[in-house]
This record gives sequence, C-alpha cells and structure tokens, in this order.
Amino acid sequence: MIDMENVVKRYTLGGETIYALDHVSLHVSPGEYVAIIGPSGSGKSTLMNIIGCLDQADGGTYLLNGRPIKKYRERQLARIRSQQIGFIFQGFNLLPKLSAFENVELPLIYQGVSARKRRKRVREALERVGLGQRMKHRPNQLSGGQQQRCAIARALAVQPSLILADEPTGNLDKKTGREIMQVFDELHKAGNTIVLITHDDKVAQCAQRIIRIEDGKLYENQEVPDDDAVPVV
Amino acid sequence: MMLYQSFKMALKAIAGNKMRSFLTMLGVVIGVMAVVVLVAIGQGANSSVVESIEGMGTNLISANILARRTNPVDMDGLNELALNPFIEYVAPVSNVNGTVKAGNATYDDAALMGTTPGYEHIRGWELAQGRFLTQPDIDNRSLVAVIGSEAASEMYGTTRAVGETFSLSGYTITVVGVLQANGNSASGSNDNQVIIPFTLAQRLSSSTSISSFYVSATSSDMVEMAQTAVERYLEKAFQNYTANSWGTQYTVYNQTEMLDTLSETTQTLTLMLGGIAAISLLVGGIGIMNIMLVSVSERTREIGIRKAIGAARGNILMQFLIESLVVSLMGGVLGLLLSMAAVDFLAPVLEMTLTIPVQVAWLAIGFSVFIGVLFGMYPANKASRLKPIDALHYEG
Repeated sequence: MIDMENVVKRYTLGGETIYALDHVSLHVSPGEYVAIIGPSGSGKSTLMNIIGCLDQADGGTYLLNGRPIKKYRERQLARIRSQQIGFIFQGFNLLPKLSAFENVELPLIYQGVSARKRRKRVREALERVGLGQRMKHRPNQLSGGQQQRCAIARALAVQPSLILADEPTGNLDKKTGREIMQVFDELHKAGNTIVLITHDDKVAQCAQRIIRIEDGKLYENQEVPDDDAVPVV
Repeated sequence: MMLYQSFKMALKAIAGNKMRSFLTMLGVVIGVMAVVVLVAIGQGANSSVVESIEGMGTNLISANILARRTNPVDMDGLNELALNPFIEYVAPVSNVNGTVKAGNATYDDAALMGTTPGYEHIRGWELAQGRFLTQPDIDNRSLVAVIGSEAASEMYGTTRAVGETFSLSGYTITVVGVLQANGNSASGSNDNQVIIPFTLAQRLSSSTSISSFYVSATSSDMVEMAQTAVERYLEKAFQNYTANSWGTQYTVYNQTEMLDTLSETTQTLTLMLGGIAAISLLVGGIGIMNIMLVSVSERTREIGIRKAIGAARGNILMQFLIESLVVSLMGGVLGLLLSMAAVDFLAPVLEMTLTIPVQVAWLAIGFSVFIGVLFGMYPANKASRLKPIDALHYEG
C-alpha cells in the first residue's frame, strides 16, 4: 500500500536547512490501521501531506499502490488524490455553502461519476456515518461531531484505497471524539486501510500499529530516545 | 458533463453572494447600456436628418451663383436648360427683403421668396387650398402669393386663407394658395414661406440677375447626368468671365451629396459616442477582475479543499472563469433589457424614432462575454495555480 524509502523533505528558513523528514522509511500494508503520533513541529503534517500526494518529497522514493509518485505532474496527482485517498482533516474542511449531501458529492463530481451513481453512493456513505437524516443541512447547521462524520462520509464516498486522517478529533470534545474513533474502528473492521495522525496518545491507542515521529525521524515499537537514538529503517 | 457542473458551481457562488454579484454586474450593465443607448440615439439622429433631407426631394440639384453684379444666368438660359432630357423642372429662386403686413400686424417670421411654377414640383409640395403660381402670374407679374400653412394661421388665424390680402413694400398682394404643412426639418420650419412670382420679386429688388436656381432630375438615377448638364450650362455661361478672387463663381451640388456628407458626419458622431461608452464597459470589466481577485483570495481555503479532494487545475480554472463569464453575461443581458426600456422612454422625449440595431445588441452581448473571459482569465489562473497544501493552511 504505502512503501516509503529514505524520504527527505527539506525547508530552508533564514539560510538554515531544516529537515522536516529526515530519511524516513515507512511501510503500510492493505487493511492496516496505523497511527502516527508526534508533537507539533515533529514533521507529522509534512509526512501526511506527502502520503496524501498534496506535496512531493525532495529525496527518496514513495510508492503508493506500487506506483512511484515522484514522476507525476499536478494533473495526475489530482487524479490520484481523487481516486485513491480519502482525506479527513482536523478542521473538517467542509464547504460552508454546500449541504452535507453536496459536500460528499463533490469528489465524485470531480471523478466524473454519473449523477445516478453519485446519489446512491452519497446516500450510502452518509447513512454509514449516521447522517442519513441530515443530508440537506449545511455544515453550520450540524454539530462538530456531525461535521466530522460528514467529512468521513466524503472520504468514504470515493471508495478510496487509503483513508488519511489528520487530527480527526482535534476540534472535538472527548465524548464526540470517542464516537468518531468508533467510526474509524468500524471502517477498519470493514477492511479499510487507515493512516491516522495525532498528537494524542489515547487516540493513537485505538490503532493497530503506533509509529512515533520526532524531529523528522520515525520510531516504532520503542520509546523515543532522548539522544543518540538509532531510528528504525 | 464537467462543464455543466462548473456552471452549477458558478451559479451557486453567484447566488450565494447576491449583493456583491449585483454590484459587479452593475459595471457591465451601465457599460452596455451606455453603448447601446448612445448608438441608438446616434442612429436615430442620423435617420431623422436623412428623412428630413429626403423630404426635400432626392432629385434636387441646387446651383448658387457667387458672382455679384454682372451675371450671365437669365430666364432664357434656364428655359433652354429645362429642355435637357435628364432635367424635369428648373426654377430660379430669389430671396426678397420686405415686410409682410396682414392688416395692421407684421409677420416677421415670413420666409419671402420669388420663384416660378416649377418650384412646386421640384420640392414636391402639395396645396391645402387654392393653387400654386402659374406661368401667367409670372408673365403678368401678378400681385399674388402662395403661403405656408404656419404663415396662414399666423397672419389670418386660419389655414383657409385664399382671397385674403397682405401688403408688401407698398403692393397689396392676394393669397391664391396655401401649402400643406410640411413639419420641421433640419433647417427649421418649412411652413412659413411667402412665395411670390419671380418677376415680381425681381421688380421689388430692382435686379434682373438670377443668383440661385433649383433643378430636378427626371429620376433619382439621373441626378448625376442632370448635374453635369447644369455644370456645363454654367461653364458655358461663365466662359467669358474672369475668375474672381475666391476662384469659383458658382457652386452646384445635389441632395444626395449633401445626404452623404451629413450621414457621414452623424455616423462619425455615433461611432465616437459608442467609443466613449465602450470605455465604461472596459471599466466594468476591470471591476469584474477586481472582485474576482478578491473572491479568489477569500476562497483560497475552499480552493485548497477542492484540490485536496480531487479537483484538478482545469476544474478550478473553469469554475472561476465561468463565474466571471456568467456575471458579465448576466450584466450584458440586463443592460440590454434596460436599454430597451430606456429607448422606449427616450424616444417620445427626444421626438425621434429610436431602435436598437440588432448588430449592436449582439455586439454588446458579445463584448460583455469577451470582457468576462478576458478579465476572468487572470484571477481564474491565479486560483488554479494555488498549491493545495498552501491553500489548505491559508488562514483567511
């Protein structure tokens, strides 16, 4: 599913080069539920952007479903994003002027799915997250939890091979956050591949596999060392 | 398919921001209105000028003699000219100075002139009452006159004025005919004439020379030939006269030439008015660009979301381009509808027949579409080039 080898992402800030990702290698198999946990500034958002094909790496190789991402141009990346990846953001990122139904429908429009199929798939996705009764509502008429469910439905509707969630509970209270995590659990049981990015240990515990990120390096199955640590390759 | 969706999205964005969309449209509305209404007024002015000149007869040729005292043009010469096959009528015209007094009242507005029977036909006049001047009137220097309808009602309070009399330079003159009303033309009222026999006019001004005459061609196709005949006659008549200080001793021109000159002038004016108005349309276009640019930065996050969930550059480009296109097209159509209303309102006020030429209507619509695409291109391109990751993190 995800095969990353020695991926590097550099930023230059005031003449100083900072490694947001420092030779990162990561492998995720189909059906896995992986949490990537790290404090802010650790490079986890950069990692998510690269996994999600929103950004491209400066070095190393990244294969998504066996296809190298580096070669693609913006147009092809847009198609990959549209067909392979379902995004779920911390801030929900729903379009405020569209109803729940229309928000979920949007990626299907960009994929060129026919109107009849769209209606069916949107309805299924919304019913699956428990929003079957609120399809006509606009985001500002929905609670935070419902908005995030709507965003999950939007990610599901495209039937992606990978669901990528960035702090999905970050803007929610504890109870609602737990409900959302339950939705992820169900999605995992149904066979979806999920990569979840968070800074919250409790949220990360829901996942099958936990990977820590710190200063652009990944650590799995071990404590993040204070210094002189050898990163997992 | 995608185009239809882009249209739907554009309409939604326009409907979602009604006030702003309307204000943006207003620039195009005013621009289109200015162009269409001004061109319609220009064309209306043109056609009313053409109409009034055509009302004077398109077969008309007029000749003016500029040489003052000695003048070889006389009645015999004109009678000979009238035999030309291309010429139907020839009539000398002399302006007369004098005061027209009906009873004790003076009619100051009188356009006094002396002429011959042929003038009636040259001008295509009709009589409301009585008769026009006749050859015996000319031969006998009769004390008779034909007057315009306005002159009749001003002098006698009625247009049935045959048999009434007025005095002119000590002569008592009887009205034998009243002309039908002709209305106003570019040169003022046509209905204030007081026409007396040419021979009487010569006596009043104690001069025998003819300073101007009118000729009508047998048909409007013969105007050129008739004009050549008139010019030949004058050339021959003047061959023994040395040129005076200003070179020419006579001028000959026909109504068609005058018409051409005048409509050329009004066309130029129309074009100029339209051009000035087109500038406001351009300003309207810049208004669209301005608002679209604001809209792009305001919707940076939206663009980021759309891109993250799979919109390609082309989708975003289309969405914004169609949005500006729809705004300006709606403005164009609205402007055209308002122009129609304005033209309907203005026509009776300006006493003109105003029509919106179909080509101008299409041009205005086409131009507003062009403006929408032209000025929408830059903002749309800017929107489509946003990187999804930057756009998503944009705090706006």
